Amino acid sequence: MSRIPLLFRYRGREGMVAWAFHRISGVGIFAFVVLHVIDIYLVGGNPKLYDEILTFYASIPGRLLEVVLGAALLYHALNGLRIIIIDLWPRMTVHHRFLWWACWVIFIVLGVPGALVILRPVWVPLLQQLGLIS
Amino acid sequence: MTREVTPTQPPAVEVSRISRARMRPTGSRRELFAWYLMRVTGVALFVLALAHFSILHFIWDPAVQTADFIAAERWNQIFWRGFDWLLLMTVLFHGFIGMRTVVMDYVRRPRLREFTLIMLYTLALLLFVIGTQVILTLPMRGA
Repeated sequence: MSRIPLLFRYRGREGMVAWAFHRISGVGIFAFVVLHVIDIYLVGGNPKLYDEILTFYASIPGRLLEVVLGAALLYHALNGLRIIIIDLWPRMTVHHRFLWWACWVIFIVLGVPGALVILRPVWVPLLQQLGLIS
Repeated sequence: MTREVTPTQPPAVEVSRISRARMRPTGSRRELFAWYLMRVTGVALFVLALAHFSILHFIWDPAVQTADFIAAERWNQIFWRGFDWLLLMTVLFHGFIGMRTVVMDYVRRPRLREFTLIMLYTLALLLFVIGTQVILTLPMRGA
């Protein structure tokens, strides 16, 4: 049992999964923030190099990573709000499972259209090739 | 189900048995302050970070966001420079206190933990300096 990393050791249903996702998304966002402050610093220090990095952000692999970043951000934001609600209003602990699933409903409703906007350069040419749009 | 091995030092923060959230710490002013700071900056970031991401992915496409775009458009107003600086401050506090929690959870050896935390705070200071510097010194085209 102790060989299983702490992050994945079973400690109870939705609450544990919510916590594990919160931690993974948090560390992921942290890594991107470090990168992003450095790349924006280059706007002043080395604009040419920044523009080169930007071509990656605008590329299709870059956009797929941005969708992952956006998903991590949205999940972390919604679940963070759930944690704050439970902290400030302990009676909501009874409904924490409902709050967790509510997070996922909002996540899908906001996240799917958002991902489609970011991935326009992927699916627009595809539909054009199929002759479905001009 | 086996119980977790008791760590050598008692954890500073208790975890709710039901929601797995970290409980409001008792007995340590520093931990209580960190606990509140995470929640206050968290609410601020809910607005600031999601707005920043939405503006720069849904209103402006990443393809147009060259260095020239940032100088001539995005950071051409004091308001957006202030907005992004406020985001930088909240994200640094939230991100680095969050990473401090992660380090304290997994790095148990005292010397290694101290070293990791010093590296972490040094990185935070560096990002504060370079982030603030570029916001303050990038020439404003329209002015």
